[in-house]
Amino acid sequence: MQTIERELVAGTRWSRRRVSPGFLYVLPSLLFVVVFFLIPLAMVIWMSLHDWPLLGEPAYTGLDNYAALLGDSTFWDGLWFTTKYTILVTPPIFICAYILAHLVNSKMRWVGLFRTIYFLPVVIGLGTSSLLWVWLFNDQVGFFSFILSHLGVIKEPVLTTPNTSLAGVIVMVVWKTVGFTMVLLLVGMQAIPTELYEAAKIDGATWWPIQFFITIPLLRRTIALALIISVVGSFLAFDQFFIMTGGGPNNSTVTVVYWIYRASFTYFKLGYGSALSLLLMVILTAISVLQLVVLREPETY
Amino acid sequence: MVRVARKSGGKVYKIAALYGVCCGIAFLFVLPLFWSFITSLKKPADANASPPNLLPSTLTLENYTRLLHYGDGIFNYFGNSLVVAMLTVIGVVFLSTLAGYGFSRFSFPGKNVLFVMILITLMIPFQSILTPLFLVLRTLSLQNTLVGLSLVNTTFQLPFSVFMMRNSFESVPRDLDNAAAIDGCDSKALLTRVLLPIVLPGVITVGLFAFVASWNEFLAALIFLTDADKYTLPIMLLNAQSGYLGTVDWGLMQAGIFISVLPCAILFLLLQRYYISALIAGSIK
Repeated sequence: MQTIERELVAGTRWSRRRVSPGFLYVLPSLLFVVVFFLIPLAMVIWMSLHDWPLLGEPAYTGLDNYAALLGDSTFWDGLWFTTKYTILVTPPIFICAYILAHLVNSKMRWVGLFRTIYFLPVVIGLGTSSLLWVWLFNDQVGFFSFILSHLGVIKEPVLTTPNTSLAGVIVMVVWKTVGFTMVLLLVGMQAIPTELYEAAKIDGATWWPIQFFITIPLLRRTIALALIISVVGSFLAFDQFFIMTGGGPNNSTVTVVYWIYRASFTYFKLGYGSALSLLLMVILTAISVLQLVVLREPETY
Repeated sequence: MVRVARKSGGKVYKIAALYGVCCGIAFLFVLPLFWSFITSLKKPADANASPPNLLPSTLTLENYTRLLHYGDGIFNYFGNSLVVAMLTVIGVVFLSTLAGYGFSRFSFPGKNVLFVMILITLMIPFQSILTPLFLVLRTLSLQNTLVGLSLVNTTFQLPFSVFMMRNSFESVPRDLDNAAAIDGCDSKALLTRVLLPIVLPGVITVGLFAFVASWNEFLAALIFLTDADKYTLPIMLLNAQSGYLGTVDWGLMQAGIFISVLPCAILFLLLQRYYISALIAGSIK
């Protein structure tokens, strides 16, 4: 008879007696996730309770790592800096993305070309684009530094001076990621029924009221989603600071992930790095749960 | 009549302004890459000039030919990146196609729990498990190997890909399964002969994402690769930038950046449609 049907039945009714073929198809992926994700996940908790050197025997220390974490000012400074960076980088990304999405949400010719150009930096690696911008901001050979210092905007080297180093990173990140947010907003905008705009225009509404009373309220779910993706991404920032500022000047641009990297792979305090990792996980899981709550409510027009 | 004419005149004006703004912004977006590329074609001394020259005095491929002998040679690093990216693509495509098929077409005990378990890993940042992952790789003798890095990249890419592939299979009508069954297909033949050609766009998408993610991956490569000859392009470029082998050679750097940007840029330009639609599907769910 029909083989598949037999197998499908076997998958349900006989599952307790023999291994379902469906399970066998899923099994390889499951093994990967278990070995390279779930086991390390469990190990984070276990390791965080130990003094765990790179070589040699780990020693159980209970909650010592967490006690040390409370008194670790570099970590708390890092957490504050990461939060500050997230708060500062998000508005420029959204404002630019919103404007760009409006510009490319038209039926003019070549609009596809503009979308492609604005999106292109998204597929360049964060590491590579950080390296590119280090050069652009270099005080000796960089074009942007050259132009900015001629315009009198900057007097010191951008990436090694407090405040401008953060500004430099933010400019790079906006260039690199704005296309992504633009696409999300664009899709949201295109889902808004045009009748609403036509009705508003008949009522004599102009551009600003249309944005505030139609577009932005109807995009709230898309905006919330893009916001969460952007916030999570910013909170995990590493590449750009590692490459562009090296955490300097004076450790002023060390992010949480950067500090975990240093604890585990510069100082080789793997137990302490694990305790930091666990805290990071808790913070980000909280953000993700928030995401689920916000996105549960369906979009209505 | 006059009114209509004036209105369309204003519209032309508006469109011209729109084009102007769009072109201006496009110029700003392309500028960093364009300048980098131009500089990669300068003579080395010209590229290191301070203040920088806007345009090169002569065009030369000298920076690119010098890359051939930089460290272990650019082909070595490019090859490392390519091996890791291709192994990741193969792993992700193979595993997620099987899992997507399994989750879509079969029912077995614990199916929903397992699917949710795979999806939940999307919420946990991989940055927070790198420390123990280092020990796992060391135990398996995979630390400081390209294969180890590929396996890690594959795993990070799996949740999204399994989700995408399950949706691809879900969108194929079951009537097809029944028709294939009548023709005597078993579940393996149904997958390889009937469904695989239909879900090919999904396969291309997860493959493309896996390639781009793996090619651009920085932190895991930085941690897991310790021998200089095993470095992937971003790590090699980082060392060049930090003057690891002498002073910074800016012309060489820009040539290296161009080479590392090129594969993903080309893939994106060719397969844009798949990339954007998956991006939307993946984030909006």
